[in-house]
Amino acid sequence: MKPAPFAYAAPRSVEEAAALLAEHGGDARLLAGGQSLVPMLNFRLLEPALLVDINRIAGLDGIAEIAGGLRLGALVRHRMLETSPLIASRFPIIAAAMAEVAHLAIRNRGTIGGSLAHADPAAELPLLALLLEARITAVSTQGRRVIAASDFFTAALTTALAPDEILTEIELPDPPAGSGWGFAELARRAGDFALAAVGVIIAEAGGICRTARIAMAGVGPTPLRAPAAEALLQGGTLDTGAIAAASRAAAAAAQPADDLHASAAYRRHLVEVLTRGALSAAVARARKVVP
Amino acid sequence: MSGKRRIAVTVNGTRYEREVEPRLLLGDFLRSELDLTGTHFGCEHGICGACTVILNGDSVRACLVFAVQADGGEVLTVEGLGSVEALHPLQQAFHEHHGLQCGYCTPGMLMTALDLIRKHGRLTEAAVRAGISGNLCRCTGYQNIVTAICAAAAAMQSGEPAGDA
Repeated sequence: MKPAPFAYAAPRSVEEAAALLAEHGGDARLLAGGQSLVPMLNFRLLEPALLVDINRIAGLDGIAEIAGGLRLGALVRHRMLETSPLIASRFPIIAAAMAEVAHLAIRNRGTIGGSLAHADPAAELPLLALLLEARITAVSTQGRRVIAASDFFTAALTTALAPDEILTEIELPDPPAGSGWGFAELARRAGDFALAAVGVIIAEAGGICRTARIAMAGVGPTPLRAPAAEALLQGGTLDTGAIAAASRAAAAAAQPADDLHASAAYRRHLVEVLTRGALSAAVARARKVVP
Repeated sequence: MSGKRRIAVTVNGTRYEREVEPRLLLGDFLRSELDLTGTHFGCEHGICGACTVILNGDSVRACLVFAVQADGGEVLTVEGLGSVEALHPLQQAFHEHHGLQCGYCTPGMLMTALDLIRKHGRLTEAAVRAGISGNLCRCTGYQNIVTAICAAAAAMQSGEPAGDA
């Protein structure tokens, strides 16, 4: 199918784009990578009066070091995340997870801002934003505000962004020194959305777990953290018993639904298996057993 | 802001100027405005890969990009890859290894393979299989396509034609 007619604007600045959204509000949609939006337009699931194409706004596609982390512009594409030396050295979990996202032609276009704003509950970048405790900047003609990832994803395909706000950048605070990461996902076919995906960050000191973060996707209306499972690990020894118990707790925290692709019970089972694998990998990395 | 927009796109080395509706997909622009019908539409929602072209050096789905977004840009389609008289190493390899049956998915396979080879150089068979996992062939001809892409990648690396030898 073909999209319904729409007006098109390609502003050169965030201010111009914000003014267009202020004027048109819910009748306008932002176009970034278009890899989720354009299929919805082609199917006429969406018929916006105006598309505001932000691809010609300069300065939104950079990855920069800031004190204690990285700042990523909204137009940083999946392919950049996959290949950036800064991402590889500071957030290798992101580079690793990008290999699971769709296909090269999609990753060439798709953007981090678009993925977060689209908020597909099975997508990798929303999971990573929640896991890495990203701070998301939204700009409108009223000013700018920073939204914690934990407050950003409010329901399936729904975020805290107002219709007149533009997601402009994402700040990622560095994980604790010496931490290890793990990412595990299962999809029916290469590049499909995850039936379930799990990302973890852990840090040890003196044989005791000081930080444990577990986030999952594909098993609820939004990406989810597993606070009870994290609490089980924190302050204890990261042995196989603790990892097994935390993995069961993570499965209990999942909110999976039955659908065509998998039953809720199977998805919950996957969370346990994937969490166990991700935690084991994270411990091995923190202990420098594997890179 | 509304109505048609004048755009200039360089396709296969030739600059074209056209007035287009903003909703015109890049693939429809190539096919309907420029009569470059080598680019095929399959699913029109980014799943099948048939419409893959190179835009500004990267493979993209021509059903997920609007022509207005390509304004000022450069597009390479299967028509620009090689000619009947001088096949591109990928086309030569598809020919020699029977990498096509009905041919519908072939332009997308070729352009996807081109981006893979440009970005990764010599490819393992596993990397080729993963790399074309977003391109559907309904003739179930994947084995020969994989063989052809591996042969072309080797030939393009060594600078020799992608023969059977």
